[in-house]
Parts: sequence; structure tokens; C-alpha cells
Amino acid sequence: MKNAHLLELRGVTQKYGRGERRFTAVEKVNLTIDEGEFVALLGPSGCGKSTLLRIITGLNQPTEGLVIYRGQPLTGVNPHATIVFQTFALFPWLTVQQNVEVALKARGMPAQLRTVRAIELLDLVGLDGFETAFPRELSGGMRQKVGFARAMAVEPELLCLDEAFSALDVLSAESLRGELLELWTSGSIPTKAILMVTHNIEEAVLMADRVVVMDKQPGRVIADQKITLPHPRQRKSPQFLELLDRVYAQLAGQTQPEYIELGSAPGEAGRTRALPDVSVSELAGLLEFLDEMPGNRTDVYRLEQELNLGTDPVLALTEAAELLGFATIAKGDIALTPLGETFAEASILARKEILATRIRRLPMFRWLLAMLDAADKGQLDRDVVRLALELEFSPEEAARQVDLAIQWGRYAELLAYDDNTETIFREPAEVAAG
Amino acid sequence: MLSLFSGIFKVQQPTERGFGWADVIVLAIVISLIYAGVRLAIDTPDQIAGPTISLAPEALPYYAIRSVGRMAAAYALSLIFALVYGRVAAYHHRAEQILMPLLDVLQSVPILSFLPVVLLSLSAVLPQAAAAELASIVLIFTSQAWNLVFVWYQSLTTIPNELNEASTTFRFGTWLRFRTLELPFAAIGLLWNSMMSWAGGWFFLMAAEIFTVGEKDFRLPGLGAYLQEAANQQDYRAIAWGVATLLLVIILLDQLVWRPLLAWADRFKLEMVESDNPPTSWFYNLLQSTRITTWLGQRVYRPISEALDMALGRFGQPATNPEATVRQRRPWPAYLLALALGLAVVYGLEQAGELLAQVPASQWMEIALGVATTLARVLIALGIALAWTIPVGVLIGTKPRAAAVLQPIVQIAASVPATALFPVLLLFLLQQPGGLNIAAVMLMLMGTQWYLLFNIIAGATAIPQDLKFTTTLLGLHRLERWRTLILPALFPYIITGAITASGGAWNASIVAEHFHFGGETHHVTGIGALIAAATASGDFPLLLAATLSMILVVVLINRLFWRRLYRRAEEQFRME
Repeated sequence: MKNAHLLELRGVTQKYGRGERRFTAVEKVNLTIDEGEFVALLGPSGCGKSTLLRIITGLNQPTEGLVIYRGQPLTGVNPHATIVFQTFALFPWLTVQQNVEVALKARGMPAQLRTVRAIELLDLVGLDGFETAFPRELSGGMRQKVGFARAMAVEPELLCLDEAFSALDVLSAESLRGELLELWTSGSIPTKAILMVTHNIEEAVLMADRVVVMDKQPGRVIADQKITLPHPRQRKSPQFLELLDRVYAQLAGQTQPEYIELGSAPGEAGRTRALPDVSVSELAGLLEFLDEMPGNRTDVYRLEQELNLGTDPVLALTEAAELLGFATIAKGDIALTPLGETFAEASILARKEILATRIRRLPMFRWLLAMLDAADKGQLDRDVVRLALELEFSPEEAARQVDLAIQWGRYAELLAYDDNTETIFREPAEVAAG
Repeated sequence: MLSLFSGIFKVQQPTERGFGWADVIVLAIVISLIYAGVRLAIDTPDQIAGPTISLAPEALPYYAIRSVGRMAAAYALSLIFALVYGRVAAYHHRAEQILMPLLDVLQSVPILSFLPVVLLSLSAVLPQAAAAELASIVLIFTSQAWNLVFVWYQSLTTIPNELNEASTTFRFGTWLRFRTLELPFAAIGLLWNSMMSWAGGWFFLMAAEIFTVGEKDFRLPGLGAYLQEAANQQDYRAIAWGVATLLLVIILLDQLVWRPLLAWADRFKLEMVESDNPPTSWFYNLLQSTRITTWLGQRVYRPISEALDMALGRFGQPATNPEATVRQRRPWPAYLLALALGLAVVYGLEQAGELLAQVPASQWMEIALGVATTLARVLIALGIALAWTIPVGVLIGTKPRAAAVLQPIVQIAASVPATALFPVLLLFLLQQPGGLNIAAVMLMLMGTQWYLLFNIIAGATAIPQDLKFTTTLLGLHRLERWRTLILPALFPYIITGAITASGGAWNASIVAEHFHFGGETHHVTGIGALIAAATASGDFPLLLAATLSMILVVVLINRLFWRRLYRRAEEQFRME
């Protein structure tokens, strides 16, 4: 049977580390991309979408599973795919034209042909006149145009965008998105399919024909949403907003029963729920904002604009509010609970107390406090806690989790921390009381 | 340009833990290598006649060319060695575990005590003149190579991930990757370290050219030999000529080679912003505006590089991530080679042990005493250096106007090799009471204070402006300001500088504590004097014992004292 897909992932799993500290970045992902498709891969940070992109382009080998390109299993770097990078990845010591030419040089194209081709592409993206400029002389948007020109120079069948617009200012990003869509929809580039990794929901809904939604811990695909709105899409149209709401609902999920929501303690069976990467003062800001909304509720997707935050921080904030029981999320709406309302209106001291009672319920904190009580002098090395957490999380995530636990615990006055010796203590009052 | 220092100097120290099994292996390798050299050295003839050194000023251009030629040969060797060694260490995880500690120990080896071993073992297999030339080149090489390896290795391991990935997705072969990514990325670091290497090289060139072992005279025609001869004959006119020529050569190299290269290399900066005052060079501007350069670029450089790219571009297509490709199984010849190497090391160790067993207890006592006195001298030199470099460094680093005046002076002064001025210094100091001791400390100081000064300048430049404003606004007194801002901010830089400086001082002790002058031999108590004396009398067991003791002490002090301080400094006082 002939394989009709341009690209197919079968049961792709990526693990890092060894033995006990083995950590799963991506688990059993099945995904197909067909010719003519513009697919957006969407998810919160740490969901493995960039890992997946590196597997698809052959930069990384998956631990398990197969990458099949045009019916052939992929070994090594995929010669038919290129990446446009978030940070442009231009060589600062090469001129704009040399940056494009070097990609052709790697394919062994003779000098005259290279020059002609590079100039053609730079014209196409509107950079004529800048051939001899160095990247540092250009604005971010223009640098990314060079990135696009370089990627298209090798005439890839599969063009991969790794957060390609997220390092640009709003206006440049918007105009570059428009230009790419025009090149793509008019068929003036030989590209067969585009895969765009992003954490920006609006960008995904605006550009792609299909939005594949991923979640973290472990990274996996949780939804696959077709977008059939014709281009150009109107951001304010009801259909657009409805789609946005639906994708947000998939990403933000539903508030689950408590035992699922909280997860298990590190070392116990079951998954340990990671602390969302937010500071307590940001969380307080969110709750105060919700407290002022009519009915103490709003659409999750609106938070992004209202709070002037990116998708990632918004999702982390809503997750934290949900985890601590300050808010509930259902069908893409977030609503303040009575407890959340109390917190939003409380004084600083009262807030500390509320937070302390709430985070004591979290298995991670129960575990940490129990360890501290059992420890000599009620104190623990930061590294000890970090290493213990590496049984559940990747090394970077474990480090982040310790820091978050310290930060939250300090605010709630459950913990104290000495940065010089890197030790975590029970707060003295707690020891006396308990 | 000052800000560049900060980028160059903070890369130097690898921060590992204390002693590990890798260190033990490495020490074993070093010991057996030294033994192999000593073994060869014992077989050389007893008497060797050296060349006569003419003191006529007309001979100076010839001597200068010979000296520069030696330096250039050694530098080329160092660069090639660094490029290969660093690349292997950076890309092969298993090799890295041995290569990096090895490098660290090699760095602490007293280079000068290597010279007799290298020289004599070479002269056992080569004609005498060739052996002396080669030995001097090897000696200079050992003073130039290590920091080049370090900076190259550091660069390779810190190439931004996205540039690595871009090179891989666009399927750069090994050559194209080296040419468009690795070399440009490392260029500035390599260049600054090359300049430091040359400065260090001059120091050892002077020593290498005037070498005698007992009756064996290995002097080489060159600037160093000329200066030594002039000082020996107390010919002040010749000394003046020699020093002037040396200065001229150094200034010419600076203006015609290093400055233009620096100006040219400015394009390799990774920052995506235009720099305020890029390095400039009149000679570079001149070159750029001539037709010949354009012609050479278009007709010679372009076709050659194009042909190279096309010819070499096919090799080494990346399969996938560089790190993933190394995990292949080793073929059995590799195991065989490792086994053979292991056996050779064990044999070398055993033989070295036998040689060491010949050293009587009284000499071990002398060695212990020598280490203690040399340590005292190193500390004094370091103290004096700190006392003047901190205020001057802060002045240059924080006051642009002072920097404009002092910077060029300091740079020229720093590049004059202390060993060249040493005979001149001795002319005056030998008359004074305790002059020998003063001279020894002075030589250590002259050779090493510059590392400290440059590091402190780098540190002072890196103090954030807003913190300086804050201390002013708070109305802190001068003393308070130094205590709360300047010293803490400088701390990591002082430590980095002090590590290099103290290593250099130990090394310099071999020339500083024992020397021939005016037909006589002078010496003071110290491990350097012991090594030099053992060299002169051909007492190889003592030479081996003293050298190994010095290596061990230096490595231990580095690991147990400096490294800890450095880690503390990194963690607590680094301003980013």
C-alpha cells in the first residue's frame, strides 16, 4: 500500500537521563502531516513540542518509535526539511547574502548559481538592497526574513517554524505572518507542508489549517482541531473567537476532582503534580483582576489581552489558581471560588495564612514538610530535595520545582531558606508550634 | 576594547571538584612521560660547544629574525595542537574526561624544568643544533599552547545551540562547520589568547636561548642570547641596543600583526548590537584601502577558499546530533592501544620510582625546604603585585581618561619579557645586600603581575554603572565604597588573575633562584634553584624528584585552595 502521508510519527517517545532519573519528554505521539497542510503544534512550555520538531527534522533520534517520511523511515537529518528558528540562528559574521548562500554551499551548489538564487530569494522576502548588510544592522523582523529566505533557499518540502514569530515585536510579527501566508497560499514557494511550533493560541488559529494541541507531563497530543476558516481570517469575527475559546478550553482543561487535581507525593505511585511556574504576587494579581470582573468570571483567552501576558504565563497562572482551589475552570471559562475571593480581598498577613493552609494540602509540600521534620535540625540541603525530585521530573524541571516550592513556602512562612548554605529550614515558629 | 577583557578572562577556570581518579591517571601519565625524557637525557655526550654570540649591533636584525622565527614556529605548532586537542575534548565525551584534567596538570608543570629533559633527549637522537632549535620550540610551545586549548574548547562547548542546530539542519559538513561556525565563533578568544601566548612565549624564548647544562652549551643565536652575553660582559651599549631591538620587534608585531587582526576580528562578535568603540588599527585601514589587498582577496583568497569548500564540503555530513554519534562501540584496536599505553605508563612509573629511590633523604629535606622558601617568595611577589595592581587596575577600569594614558604604556610594558630585562636588573641588584633574594622576587613579579592587572581592569570595567551611582548617592566614604562595592566586584577577577600569576611565579622560580651571571653562578635557597642546579650538574634523580614535587605542590595548591576560592567567588560575587 502506498503511504499517502508526507510525514508520519508512529509511537514516538523521547526520554532523557538514565535509570531512576529517567524522564519522559514526549510519550507515544502519533501524528501525520499531509501535503498541502499547514499544521500548528500548540502547547504550554515543557510539553515537548520543540523536542518533537527536532525529532521530525532528524536533529534528535527518538528513544522509541518511528519517523516515516514519504514512506521511508528517517535516519539522520531530514534533507527535505528546514527550520526557521525563534532566535533566527543567523551567523553574525556573515552578510545577509552569505547567510543565505551558506545553506546552498552546504549542498555543493557552485558559486554563480548560489549568488543568483540568494539574490532572488532576498528579493522575494523584500530584502533587496540589504544583501551586504550584517545581521546586527537589521531589525528583528528583517533578521527573521533572512531566516525565512535561508530556509526557503534549499527548497524544503517541509518548512518547520520553531516559535519563529515569538521573538519579534508585535507589528513585525504580524506583517511577517501575513507575508508568509501570502507566499504559502499563493503557491509561489515549492514548500509542500508547514509545521509551526508555537505557544501562541491566536497565532495558531490565525494561520494553520490544523491545530494539534499538546499537554505536558508527559508531553503528548491531547487534541487535533481542524480550522476551515478561509484566509484572510478576521480576528474579531465570532467564528474566530469561538475557535479560540474552544482551543483554550482544550488547553486549560477542566477542574478535576480533588484527588486527581492534586496528584501524589514524590516517590509515591502515581504522577506528582508539578507546581506551576508562577510567583505568588502574580497569582494575587490574577485573583484581584477576577475579583473585579462581573460575576467574578471571564473567558480564559481574554486574560491574555487583559493582563497583557503571553499564553504560557496565563496558562500557568490559571493552573495555579485551580490547583490551590482559588478558581475553577470549565469550558474555557475561569471563575473565582469563594476562597479565591477571600484571598483577593484579604490583607497581606491573612493572605499568607490562607496560602499556608492551601499549600499544606499539596502532596509535594506535605512530602517536603515531612522530610524537613524528620531531618536533622529540621533543615535540608537544597540539592537533596532537588535530587529526590529528579525521580519525578527532568533535572531542569526538578531545579525549578525546588525553587518554586521555596518561593511559595517562604511567602506562606512555612519555610525559610539560606541562600549562602543552600539549606531549607522549617520556619522557626512552625518548629516551636509543631 | 576594555570591555573585551571581561569576555576573555572569565572563561579560564574550569570549576571541577577536588581530586578525582582522572587526576591520578593523569599524574601517572605525566610522571612516566618525564621519566622517558630523563632516560633519553642520560645518554648525551658530556661536552657540547655552543655558538659564539656577536655583540655587534649589525648582528641584531639577524638575531631578531631567528628569535621571531622560533616564536612563529612554536605558535603555529601550538595553534594546530590546540585546534585538534580542543575539538577532540569538546566532541568526544570519553576523551574529554581524560584530556581536560591532563591539560590542567600540564598547565601546572614547571615548563623550565622540562627544558633540560626535552633538550637532552632530543640531542640524543638529533644533531646538536637541530636538537637545540627543536627544544626551544617545544619549550615555547609548552608556554603557548594550554590557554589556546582552553579557549578553543570553551568556545566549542558554548556555541549557541541554535547555531549548532542551524548548521546541522542545513547539513554543513565538518569543514564548512569549522569554517563558518566554530572558527569565527572562537576567533576573538583565540586572538586575545594568542597575544597572551606570544607574551608568555617571549619570556621562555629568552630562557631557552641561553641554555647550558654543565659543560654542554646549547645557546642559540637570538635576541635572548645576545642580551645574556651583553650582560655577562657588562657591555651597557650592547644591552641598550638589545633591549631597544626587542622593544622594536614587540611594537612592530603589535602594530602590524595583532592590532590589524583585532580590528578585523571585530566582525566575529556574537552580539547583535553595534559596539561603541570597536578596535581600530591604522595598518588595517591602510591595507583595506589598497588595491593589492582587494586584488589578492578576489583573485587569490576567493578562488582558493571556494575550491577548498567544494573539495572538503563533502566530508563528514552530520548524521544527527554530534553527541549522539559518539555513542558507537569502540573497535578492538582502540582497546589494544589503550592497553599498550597503560602498560607503558606502568613501566614508566616503575622506572621513575627506581630513579626516585636513588634520591637520599637529605635531598628530600632540601626539596621540602626549597618548596617552603619558594612558596614564601611566590606569596611575597603576589602580595606586591596585588598592592599595586588593584589601585591601578581600578583606575584604568573606571576612569576612561586615565585609561587613555595608561593603557598603551601598560600594554607595551606587559609585553616586554621579564627574562630579557633580568640580566640588566642583576647588574644593579647584585651589589646590594640581599640582592639575590630581591632579584628572585622581582623576576617572579615582573613575569606575573600583568595577569593580575589585566584581570582587575576587566573586573573594574564590568562594575555596573548603576551600582557606582548608588554608592555615590548613598554618600559612601571611599573606604566604605571599596568595602561594599569595588572589592566584592573584583573578587572573582582577582582570584582568576592570582591563579595564573602564582602558577607563573612558581615557574619563574627556576630562572629566578639560580642563574649564571658575569661568569659566576648565583643561587638562593628554593625549589627552583634545586631544579636548576640539578639540571646544571646533570643530577637526574634529583631533577625528577624536585620537578615532581613542584608539580604536586602547585596542583595541590590549585585544587585545594584556589579552586575553592574561585568557586566561592563565582557563586557569591559574580555580577551578571
